Amino acid sequence: MSAPSVARSRVLPAVLGWGTLAFSIVAIEGLIRAGLINRFIVPMPSEILLAFPRIVSEESVLSRFMLTIAEAFSASFLVAIFGIAGGVLLHRFNLLRQATETWVAALAAAPLVLIYPLYLVIFGRSATTIVMMGFTAGLAPTVLKTLEGLSATRRVLVDVGRSFNLTPAQQFWKILFPSALPTIFVGLRLGLIFALINIVGVEFLINFGGLGQLINELAERYDLAGTYAAICFVVLVSVCVFVLMERLERWLRPVD
Amino acid sequence: MAEAGRLTATAAPPLRALLRPVTLLRIAIIVAVLGTWELVAASGLLYRDVVPSLSAIAAALGKTLSDPSFYLHLGTTFYEIGLALLFGGASGLAVGLALGASKLLARAYEAFLYYLGPTPKIIFFPVMIMWFGVGAGSKVAMGAISCFFPIALNVAAGMREIDPVLIRVGMSFRANPWQMVSKIYLPAMRHPVINGLRIGLGVALIGTLLAETKLSNRGVGFLVIQAYSLFNMPQMYALLIVLFVIAIGLNALIGRLGGIDEIKRR
Repeated sequence: MSAPSVARSRVLPAVLGWGTLAFSIVAIEGLIRAGLINRFIVPMPSEILLAFPRIVSEESVLSRFMLTIAEAFSASFLVAIFGIAGGVLLHRFNLLRQATETWVAALAAAPLVLIYPLYLVIFGRSATTIVMMGFTAGLAPTVLKTLEGLSATRRVLVDVGRSFNLTPAQQFWKILFPSALPTIFVGLRLGLIFALINIVGVEFLINFGGLGQLINELAERYDLAGTYAAICFVVLVSVCVFVLMERLERWLRPVD
Repeated sequence: MAEAGRLTATAAPPLRALLRPVTLLRIAIIVAVLGTWELVAASGLLYRDVVPSLSAIAAALGKTLSDPSFYLHLGTTFYEIGLALLFGGASGLAVGLALGASKLLARAYEAFLYYLGPTPKIIFFPVMIMWFGVGAGSKVAMGAISCFFPIALNVAAGMREIDPVLIRVGMSFRANPWQMVSKIYLPAMRHPVINGLRIGLGVALIGTLLAETKLSNRGVGFLVIQAYSLFNMPQMYALLIVLFVIAIGLNALIGRLGGIDEIKRR
């Protein structure tokens, strides 16, 4: 394929995708101005755009953002410690793995966020509830991915370790862990995503904390443009975090 | 005598299965967890009633399951989840088929779906209330938004993995677009579609129930948050047990119907 056709094949989809988005925004603006869409239900995109500086200055979005990120990292820190330790434990003791792996998989598929009222009772309406909810949601995928990574270590690498008479600790730190690291990182990425989703969700539901609470407050004040702007901000933050984590994961993944 | 011998012969395998180390360990873990729970409940280490006794939870579970009004709430939740899966699933299927069939469309739009998919959907609830009201409509919309993304992405990915020979066979028979979808695409990508539905059902359930806990006067989510408001902890535990059993059971059922478990075992 020639260079211009390669460039065309990359540019055309991008133009189509972003063009459709821009066209939709302009069309919605026009339909609202023409009175075909009720402006008390859907604010004009231009109003949403103007609401951005307002929510940044008046609603202290940045400090709320930092609070949500701090909660997400606290939860991820707990997920990393307990999730990786859990995966290592299940890998080390095969009987325990056989007995509990299906339970952990069932937990990963269970709607754990629904226990947030229970956490409200135990930890109160506080940041602890939010962090613990994020931790609970992110734990099972991290355990499973750590286990998967350790189990997928190539036999030849383990045999090399044995031939050097490595102790179990050396075998783990020099062979198993480095080999499983890319898969463990996939688990951590999943854990962080699950934690972030649940943290923002619970902030919104219990009206406490950072960005989730901001959306709830603006909606209760019937600040339509502000609510939509805050939602867009949360979506942008989520997308940025996912892209960042994906890049990190790609950087960590060994070259085939 | 012969009858007794046959009985012993048929009874032996389950007993042997029960005495397997894995089963014994599972039983030991369950007994340890339940025992610790009962001890904590009796000791009063945590606030009173936060950890109710197992008998209180069992009684609440029995009371909940024998209460006819619970089934009305359960019916409301199932109705909302069913409609959410219908709307979200149908639109996800259509979008997934379009993205899977066209490289240009996939390159133009799939990234939007891929990155929007994992955002917390519950934050759209205020918007859904404004659009669809405080009744069942906003809960259905929440469930539909939640399940749309995994279904669309799974269908698109599944369609790209269809054996090109099958597509060529369909084209050589001059199948029209509808016949291509119903006779070639959908049967060939049964597993990714079922897998998407399975994930979609899980997130639709979460979206709908969370919306019910936020603003509703019916549904199981409403019952959970009502139990919290009344500090009726045994009932809350009972409702959570019911919800988890339903969620995990439906997940396993869809997986089994679609043969996902067989694929994993292979």
